[in-house]
Amino acid sequence: MVVQRVLRVARSQVNLGLVSVEITEPSVAAALNGALEAIAAATDSASLKAARSAHLGDASALAALNAALKDVPNDQKAAAGKLVGQARAQANQAYTEAEERIVSAEQNAQLENERVDVTAAPSRWRKGARHPLMLLQEAFCDAFVGMGWEIAEGPELESEWYNFDALNFDEDHPARAMQDTFFVEPADSHLVLRTHTSPVQIRAMLDREVPIYVLAPGRVYRTDELDATHTPVFTQIEGLAIDKGLTMAHLRGTLEHAARLMFGEGAKIRLRPNYFPFTEPSAELDVWHPTFVGGARWIEWGGCGMVNANVLRSAGIDPEVYSGFAFGMGVERTLMFRNQVADMHDMVEGDVRFSQQFGMVV
Amino acid sequence: MRVPLSWLGEYVDLEPGTTPEQVHAALVKVGFEEEDLHGFDVTGPVVVGQILEFTPEEQSNGKTIRWCQVQVGDKDVRGIVCGASNFEVGDKVVVTLPGAVLPGNFEITPRKTYGHTSDGMMASFKELGLGDDHSGIIRLNTLGLPESALEIGADAISLLGLDDSAVEINVTPDRGYAFSIRGVAREFGHSTGATFRDPASHLPATGGAHVASSFGNEFKVTIDDTAPIRGRVGASVFATRVVTGVDASRPTPPWMVARLRLAGIRPISLAVDITNYVMLELGQPIHGYDLDKLTGGLVVRRAAAGEKLTTLDGVERALNAEDLLITDGSGPIGLAGVMGGASTEISSATTNVLVEAANFDPVSIARTARRHKLPSEASKRFERGVDPAVAEVAAGRVVQLLVDLAGGTAADHGSFFAGRDDRWSSSAEGAYRGQAIDLPADFVSDLIGYDYTPEQVRSTLAEIGGTVVETPAGFSVTPPSWRPDLTDKWTLAEEVARIFGYDVIPASLPVAPPGRGYTVAQVVRRRVSDALAAAGLTETLSYPFFDEATNNLFGSAAGTAVAQVRLANALDASHGWMRTSLLPGLLQTAARNRARGLTSPAVFELGRVFLPEAGKKYGHDMFPGAVRPSDAQLEAVAAGIPAQPRHIAAVLVGESIERQPGLKASEFDYSHALEVAQQISLGAGVEIEVRQGSHASFHPGRCAELVVQVIEPVEITDALVSTSSTSLVVGYAGELHPAFAESFNLPRRVAAIELNLDAVTALAGEPTEAQPIFTMPAATQDLSLVVKSDIPADAVLAAVVAGAGDLLEDARLVDLYEGQGVVEGHRSLTFALRFRASDRTLTQAEATEAKQAGVAAAAAAFGATIRE
Repeated sequence: MVVQRVLRVARSQVNLGLVSVEITEPSVAAALNGALEAIAAATDSASLKAARSAHLGDASALAALNAALKDVPNDQKAAAGKLVGQARAQANQAYTEAEERIVSAEQNAQLENERVDVTAAPSRWRKGARHPLMLLQEAFCDAFVGMGWEIAEGPELESEWYNFDALNFDEDHPARAMQDTFFVEPADSHLVLRTHTSPVQIRAMLDREVPIYVLAPGRVYRTDELDATHTPVFTQIEGLAIDKGLTMAHLRGTLEHAARLMFGEGAKIRLRPNYFPFTEPSAELDVWHPTFVGGARWIEWGGCGMVNANVLRSAGIDPEVYSGFAFGMGVERTLMFRNQVADMHDMVEGDVRFSQQFGMVV
Repeated sequence: MRVPLSWLGEYVDLEPGTTPEQVHAALVKVGFEEEDLHGFDVTGPVVVGQILEFTPEEQSNGKTIRWCQVQVGDKDVRGIVCGASNFEVGDKVVVTLPGAVLPGNFEITPRKTYGHTSDGMMASFKELGLGDDHSGIIRLNTLGLPESALEIGADAISLLGLDDSAVEINVTPDRGYAFSIRGVAREFGHSTGATFRDPASHLPATGGAHVASSFGNEFKVTIDDTAPIRGRVGASVFATRVVTGVDASRPTPPWMVARLRLAGIRPISLAVDITNYVMLELGQPIHGYDLDKLTGGLVVRRAAAGEKLTTLDGVERALNAEDLLITDGSGPIGLAGVMGGASTEISSATTNVLVEAANFDPVSIARTARRHKLPSEASKRFERGVDPAVAEVAAGRVVQLLVDLAGGTAADHGSFFAGRDDRWSSSAEGAYRGQAIDLPADFVSDLIGYDYTPEQVRSTLAEIGGTVVETPAGFSVTPPSWRPDLTDKWTLAEEVARIFGYDVIPASLPVAPPGRGYTVAQVVRRRVSDALAAAGLTETLSYPFFDEATNNLFGSAAGTAVAQVRLANALDASHGWMRTSLLPGLLQTAARNRARGLTSPAVFELGRVFLPEAGKKYGHDMFPGAVRPSDAQLEAVAAGIPAQPRHIAAVLVGESIERQPGLKASEFDYSHALEVAQQISLGAGVEIEVRQGSHASFHPGRCAELVVQVIEPVEITDALVSTSSTSLVVGYAGELHPAFAESFNLPRRVAAIELNLDAVTALAGEPTEAQPIFTMPAATQDLSLVVKSDIPADAVLAAVVAGAGDLLEDARLVDLYEGQGVVEGHRSLTFALRFRASDRTLTQAEATEAKQAGVAAAAAAFGATIRE
């Protein structure tokens, strides 16, 4: 049962233009309901704005009721004020809620409208790349610079003395003829395109104070025609350490470290006796890794050895006091088996697709 | 060196069933890399058969075949069709029966041919891979084999040595002795511990120092070297022996043929095959002369001017005064140690043979072989050093084989000469031993980093043939005659480590002293390269070989001829000049990419160019190694090497933005080259200023010169750069001249830049001094100035900046306008200006005042007026 509470209020005449209202529970409820209905019916900012203007604005019923309060006798003012105030508050709250709902919905609709296919985005920035041969040299150098080594350099067009004689290649030794050297005219200039990075060893020893720990990366040249595994222009990384008491065990330790850095923790190395004029003893360096393409296996990686006493003498270092080791690897070869490059042509032709496979990381 | 296993097994114990792979593995351990495996690729059944009868049958094609009945077993007679006709009834032949496989994967099956079913095949030498002879089938009964070996049905594969195989190893240049079965067998013994039997030790060796003898007096040998090379007489040992009554037409026995084949030597005739066989076995090159073609004694001497010799290969060669010759009364008859002459060659008609086994100076032989481009089996061995003690032994071995196999008679005359050779000690005891080497007791362990006991060192050096004597300090080691490479204690240490195995050496990472990290130049190179890659360029690397004309075009701004480095032995003679610029290589690279459908390449390269100075003579005098050169010598070398600075260059062709949803395509133009310069500047940390410039290979109106301010003067040799006291042009950027774009098969607009990165790096200034960042509000204003069109925008901007003073924080060109409202020949430049004071909010009036000061400066400098 609904008990209609009758508010006993004085019939008051309020002149609001043409409208005069009486503050009664039904009249307030009607005004409120009218407002709530209109607000609830609003579906967009425009209709909400219209509802607000009609039901909450100055000309609204609620506003009229509010205005009528001033004419209510003092003893009923509190009750009437409460009645109208609550209705207005309720209507205002309904409006605020509706506004939030509608703004949010409209915003959502607008954002939905702005949806794009991000997979079809335009690109103003082109994709660039470093050459993997350069990246590989840098990675190798970083590993050694981190251990305190430095990077030594020398010219590619080199003196025959640095390239051969200082490195204990006798002018008539077959090893010298086996280097497939590019000579520079005239012949008596004794200039060659360096056949290896080893002349940098001599330059480093002449320029620096012992102890010396240096890497020498760079381009070298041999008179090989380009094919799948040869190129007349290629890259080596040479290492040289000169100090008191260096042994072949230090050489092995250094190479083992290098192998792990370049191929991963599982890498192992093996030394096999070999001959180079500039080292004695000399060794061929093989590297093994469980994940090499073609299975875990030994792959020839480079040459190394203890620096030949004559090489030290060429640089004015006393071999009775100091010893040293040196090693050298082909960077192209390393890239071939480390990153599965099958054909040397890809490294030298400059096809951008080759470098772009690597980006900035090899 | 190829080593047949059966031969190896004669001089070192090989376990039965040893595989070639095992032999390889053993030899790798002591330093002989594996190269290959060789075999005959023949599988049975291949048996000895006998021709019982045959019927010649003429065919419609005019050919006559023989239909043969061949007994191949006790009761096994096969009908075989044979196209050859060199055999008779009763001959023993090699029958390949169905199921056999011959070289080339040729499977023998019964097959119908010429109206018969041929149940096998009778083989020639060629078909078995034993020789080139395909003139007929093998007649086993003519090969000098014992009758007992030719039993019908016997396995012919083992009879002919076809079951043998050879390992091929790489012999390093210091180990000449391993170019012999003797040397390899010794090394196999070192590796495995198997017992080695020296084939040279059981033969007489009568050598001694300074001996010149001839016995029988029939034949005189004179060593007359009046011009030794580097002080070494051309022939230090020269042994001759004579064998008479040789039947040089006899066939070479199959076992010898098989071994020669496996060793990679083509069998020729019995006498020649014997000399080659002994060379392979003992490492001593042998030369055989037809004695009856010789006139007078032999004289070993250097060539005289104008002398000529026709060598065995039929080539007439002009001789050099350094060539060591074997001569007789007729003149030169051989290039000593390299190749014999044609006139005294052994033929199948030869009956009397003079055998020569000499030891020639490695340097002399190497030079002659290289000079005449005549590397031979003999020269290869002499260059690397032949055991001088083995010459006489080897001569004796040849004599023995000529007697045993060719029916010859060893004459009692011959000669032997051994001269002075400072490689070998002259003491009577062990005439060919090297100089004794002092080896301190701990030296090997200290160098290798593994603790060898003194006994291990001693026994290892003894095992390789050294004479080891204990001394108070350690050992005195005299190397054996076959090891001229053992010259100091380091070489001895290698022997110990090698024979003991490198695997025992432990690993120990040395600690380097603190390093200085990368140099500024090294850091800059990487940062610049990374910056260009991040900016969308792709790094490529190109060969530095070009033609002279291209180098001239790109090598200098003027486009005139530049000095160049020329190769003496370029792979392609037309491209024998070292690059003077990186651009041609990049242009080729760009064109190659476009040809492959990659239409918009943006590529860069960082590398050296080669820039000799015009008119300057490069090079230097040579001096020996193993001694530190004087500073003056090193300076002469440094001065003798042309400059080869590192340049960086880029080429951008096609579309910078390719057509895609929401974006219009746009092409690369000169401005992209300038953006590359900006990236380089950023990476190098050096301001690079852009000025209007000109370079012969660039578009005349679209070329910028790139300028760096000089703070400290630097010396730079580069035709691309020009210098004044205050600034340096380090390179050029802009649009390539359309004519060159076309000549490289590229579209008209190619953005290009090249600069000398070394110069840029050398000009890097002090570290940046940071300015305070003011946070008071800024006032912004635009300014439009009208100036003559030929005044560079940059210059106007600079004037405004200078005039406006400190309040002007930033100024940027935002618009260029020419046309209506602007006087003819003038243009309007609009700048966006941002003013800020350090200590207060700037009023518009203050900003305007500063702007007016800028306008006044531009007006004074260029007659600029405000565009209303």
